[in-house]
Amino acid sequence: MVELTLPKNSRVGTGKTHPKTDGATNTKTFNVYRWSPDDNQNPAIDTYYVDLDTCGPMILDGLIKIKNEIDPTLTFRRSCREGICGSCAMNINGTNTLACTTGMDEVDGDINIYPLPHQPVVKDLVPDLTNFYAQYASIKPWLQAETPSPSKERLQSKEDREKLDGLYECILCACCSTSCPSYWWNSDRFLGPAILLQAYRWIIDSRDEHTGERLDNLEDPFRLYRCHTIMNCANTCPKGLNPAKAIAEIKKMMVERR
Amino acid sequence: MSEAYPITEHKYDVVVVGAGGAGLRATMGMAAAGLKTAAITKVFPTRSHTVAAQGGISASLGNMGEDNWQWHMYDTVKGSDWLGDQDAIEYMCREAPASVLELEQFGMPFSRTEEGKIYQRAFGGMTTEFGEGPAAQRTCAAADRTGHAMLHTLYSQSLKHDTEFFIEYFALDLIMDKDGSCKGVLCLCLEDGTLHLFRAHMVVLATGGYGRTFFSCTSAHTCTGDGGGMVLRAGLPLQDMEFIQFHPTGIYGAGCLITEGVRGEGGFLVNGEGERFMERYAPHAKDLASRDVVSRSMTIEIREGRGVGPRKDHIYLHLDHLDPAMIDERLPGISESARIFAGVDVHKEPIPVLPTVHYNMGGIPTNYHAEVVDLKDGNPDSVVPGLMAVGEAACVSVHGANRLGSNSLIDLVVFGRAAALRAKEVVTPGAAHAPLPADACDEALGRLDKFRNANGSSSTATIRDNMQRVMQDDCAVFRTSKTLAEGVEKINKVWEQMPDIKTTDRSLVWNSDLVETLELDNLIRQAVVSMTAAENRKESRGAHAHEDFPDRDDKNWMKHTLTYHSDKDGVKLDYRPVHDYTLTEEIDYIKPKARVY
Repeated sequence: MVELTLPKNSRVGTGKTHPKTDGATNTKTFNVYRWSPDDNQNPAIDTYYVDLDTCGPMILDGLIKIKNEIDPTLTFRRSCREGICGSCAMNINGTNTLACTTGMDEVDGDINIYPLPHQPVVKDLVPDLTNFYAQYASIKPWLQAETPSPSKERLQSKEDREKLDGLYECILCACCSTSCPSYWWNSDRFLGPAILLQAYRWIIDSRDEHTGERLDNLEDPFRLYRCHTIMNCANTCPKGLNPAKAIAEIKKMMVERR
Repeated sequence: MSEAYPITEHKYDVVVVGAGGAGLRATMGMAAAGLKTAAITKVFPTRSHTVAAQGGISASLGNMGEDNWQWHMYDTVKGSDWLGDQDAIEYMCREAPASVLELEQFGMPFSRTEEGKIYQRAFGGMTTEFGEGPAAQRTCAAADRTGHAMLHTLYSQSLKHDTEFFIEYFALDLIMDKDGSCKGVLCLCLEDGTLHLFRAHMVVLATGGYGRTFFSCTSAHTCTGDGGGMVLRAGLPLQDMEFIQFHPTGIYGAGCLITEGVRGEGGFLVNGEGERFMERYAPHAKDLASRDVVSRSMTIEIREGRGVGPRKDHIYLHLDHLDPAMIDERLPGISESARIFAGVDVHKEPIPVLPTVHYNMGGIPTNYHAEVVDLKDGNPDSVVPGLMAVGEAACVSVHGANRLGSNSLIDLVVFGRAAALRAKEVVTPGAAHAPLPADACDEALGRLDKFRNANGSSSTATIRDNMQRVMQDDCAVFRTSKTLAEGVEKINKVWEQMPDIKTTDRSLVWNSDLVETLELDNLIRQAVVSMTAAENRKESRGAHAHEDFPDRDDKNWMKHTLTYHSDKDGVKLDYRPVHDYTLTEEIDYIKPKARVY
């Protein structure tokens, strides 16, 4: 029987509302998902007021300000703060994106923050991405070629190199995969948009000689074909990439080689 | 102590701490050499700060015009203001082409020339014919995302080699023997708060720089110099810590990096009077002078009232005159950064920029085999058994007093590889680990316990902010005897706040409050030794611009500063001679001369 409501221990309650800091008049409200395995409590939404007059413009700036000045227990990943490392992926007002490249002014009203959806939560906004990373390793994301390598570089025309644009820039933030309903239901067997985009990056690399084997590895009702072109991946990618297109290209190659 | 904190022991031949470019290249080579290798990292490998490198990786491939490693070496020595060790510089420049070609063989998506070769662009300080010829196109690029392309390529190679990763493990302290050799490293697993002792015959520190000692820097939040902190606590020195590079073009306000490749592709800097002022400071190289020179020139322009903006406190970087198609092909990443962080369309408007802390030339002293060295019984090159350092964490020293752009990525792979080659020679696979004394981890555990339960009156964020503001104010592009003396006093005051620190999170699971506190303990020690070393050096060389001693003083100061630090006695200074010899007879020692661009 399908369970239509969340199990009891997953229902999200109302948490703590932290008071405004003294003198703050121009504030933005942050409602943030909190959960820790330590205290045996249900998840809860804590509310914080961020003083915009003393804060940087990005949502990550707001989270860091909360952690520095209001609640040091708030837990999230972050590193580069410029949209290249992929650490601070989270769900912000219903969209998976990077907190560091999303401005607070891009959100009307309250800012509601949850961890990336449908992944086990380690704590607060920190998801467990073990399965995602294992799927990445499963596509053998390295150059495979038997032709002895030349003494200098393998040559690649500008046109062939251009085919990697829109693919190699992926930062493995998992925003796309965790926004995909197909991936929510079948993440044990469907590779999901990020990993399929990466798979296509190696399939289309003119230097790689294992195209057939790479396609064989994807020829499976689940690994590739659970993509139903819902397109959430392309909509949500914070780097402006289009995983759905890469998946479509793989499907085309599958048809063409029959 | 060890009863309150149970420790799981792991045994490896080699343990690499850090999984950025240098750590991953070392790990890969160690595993390939048949050594049982563990890679420990506090962030998932592709989150490491190498990912943010933009412009490229230097190597004299000669794809875009004549080039050779000797010219690359000359430029690097001159860039270092003669503080670099020339044996190590020769090694790096000779090995560079093979190291880049290796990355290409691994599948790194370099940009290409019309002939299909690796594309190379001009970069600051890179010239031909020993500085006499035109600018060299030596910097191999994957658009302006070279670090990202390189780090992902190296991570995928480590997957190919089936490396054993311990991801989101935070290294606490080195475990040292009484005879001064390293026996392993104690780590905290973030996921569940358990403690792990990694025994190893060789520990390789690839922990990156300590940029976050400053308020504004291009460095990631995770650049907290954890290896340097561990080394200081182990009683070993750090070297040349006064040399901190300001990148000329950090985005005004946000501090995010805009690659020097913009200027390599024809961009230029303009002051508030609309003047291309670099022509005055560096008539030959202009906007492609080395970074210390450009950052100083920009600072002078601003100081003399010729900045841009309402407060005249920054400079414009123009690329709006360049071909839009070229910008889209070769500089797409910085176009995106400029739009997000400065609200600028680079096709139409200049980017507001400011010199921003970017790189630490100083670090853990090593020889060109990546082995950590110390001054011991009069021997300045005494190897510390069982310990290596690579990448920005290390000071080989190939960058001396100022690093050239694109020499950092090549440093990572050349010395990551060198570490593996050396480990293969000195470590016997599967050799037994001698038992450690029962109290071997007590000091490290005591420190952890202290911070975990710290209940003073200043939060980690408050003390960190104090430190960052002192460094920003008093360890800046230009330094004077007065600012440095005040800086030393102020940074020591911040250090004295550490016993009064307060942590709030008492959880064992993913306790980032605790981790940030441990990171601050690493940062503050390095802030203290950096400021002290800067105050001590009475000359100007490379990135250390001392206004009361404006000239380079080779007679008294052509030497590496060593700084030791202990909780009890504070900072102790010493020196190592600069290696004034090369590695082979194929090139002579490059003698010091005036450094003009």
